[in-house]
Amino acid sequence: MIEEGKPIFMQIAEQIENDIIERRLPEEAQVPSTNEFAAFHRINPATAGKGVNLLVDDGILYKKRGIGMFVAAGARDRLIARRHEGFRDEYLRPLLAEAAKLGIDAATLTDMITIETSEGVIP
Amino acid sequence: MTSATATTTTVVEVDNLSKHFGDVTALDRVSFSIAKDSITGLLGRNGAGKTTIMQLLTGQDFVTEGDVRVFGHRPAENAQVLRNISFIKESQRYPDDFRPKHVFASAPWFFENWDATFAERLVDDFQLPVNRAIKKLSRGQLSAVGVIVGLASRAPLTFFDEPYLGLDAVARQIFYDRLLSDYAEHPRTVVLSTHLIDEVSNILEHVVVIDKGRIIMDAASEDVRGSATTVVGMRAAVDEFVAGREILHRDGIGGLVSVTVGRLDADDRRAAAAAGLELAPVSLQQLIVRKTTATLGEDGGDR
Repeated sequence: MIEEGKPIFMQIAEQIENDIIERRLPEEAQVPSTNEFAAFHRINPATAGKGVNLLVDDGILYKKRGIGMFVAAGARDRLIARRHEGFRDEYLRPLLAEAAKLGIDAATLTDMITIETSEGVIP
Repeated sequence: MTSATATTTTVVEVDNLSKHFGDVTALDRVSFSIAKDSITGLLGRNGAGKTTIMQLLTGQDFVTEGDVRVFGHRPAENAQVLRNISFIKESQRYPDDFRPKHVFASAPWFFENWDATFAERLVDDFQLPVNRAIKKLSRGQLSAVGVIVGLASRAPLTFFDEPYLGLDAVARQIFYDRLLSDYAEHPRTVVLSTHLIDEVSNILEHVVVIDKGRIIMDAASEDVRGSATTVVGMRAAVDEFVAGREILHRDGIGGLVSVTVGRLDADDRRAAAAAGLELAPVSLQQLIVRKTTATLGEDGGDR
């Protein structure tokens, strides 16, 4: 779950973001505590706290004093907008680079995407 | 602990510390500090000086030069400091006729925060036979005794010096899990000395790496993560990419080379991808191996 080479607190923040985007954590829902994250991922609580605080600083999560951490209203839309910006660099370009390596041209690639989507991978 | 020491944010302060055993220099002008309520990894090869540091920090030996402060005071012959320390070491000796139950029964005399209920739970976790004579215990069971004492003592400063000789992977995972959850509920300062770096790297907040009596790394573990990357690809492309960078390690086979360099930013990564190079993260353990094996030459078969 936790991978090498990338700061753990950023991975924690990304996983919470994914949970929000995929609606496992709806807006206004309470987020697990720092200690729960630490125990689950087997990481240092301070590191887990750093990941959570990153999202608090971004306004994705907010703190209720003495109660815990909650998903802010509008957090999902903001995260999706942000991920859109990175989609080309993180997914599209590596896909095209690998396709070029294998000699898959644009038309074939388009066909492949059409077939995959019709099989219901992308709704 | 007095109120003055309770508020300090640094629990251990080591300043220009040297320790000689005869003409052997075990520690050579070592300086570092350990923050209150953190888990620090004290890492390094056998004989690097880890145990010597811990012995000096726990008042079991005297410094040759320099200064050591624990809770703001010199630990040697200082009962006030020592009662706040739990030191779990591989070579712990017990009285000959002792059984584990005797160890746990006497622990509250030494550790005012001793939690007997927690100790009992750990005994169950490790399936430790508390009525068996200590000298009849297996190596792993003996290690479990130490681990239980270290955890249940909840000392403000706890040292684990290679605490798990003979403990299998399952038992070690129990140790890490219990350490993490108990630390979360009862924050305290923990120093973990181990060879099993990959197993503990995620639970460490700070790492101090010692090699041949000197500190070669003293950093937040999150800063160490990603501080090195291995670049793999055809020789010419790799050589062009790594030109001008600090090279930590180099390996090769045929036309293929693998070079470990320092931190890469997003632009570097894009450039590497564009050049058809593969990038692989370097674990803390690999990084320490790289930094503690002095030679930087090409040790692959490509010369």
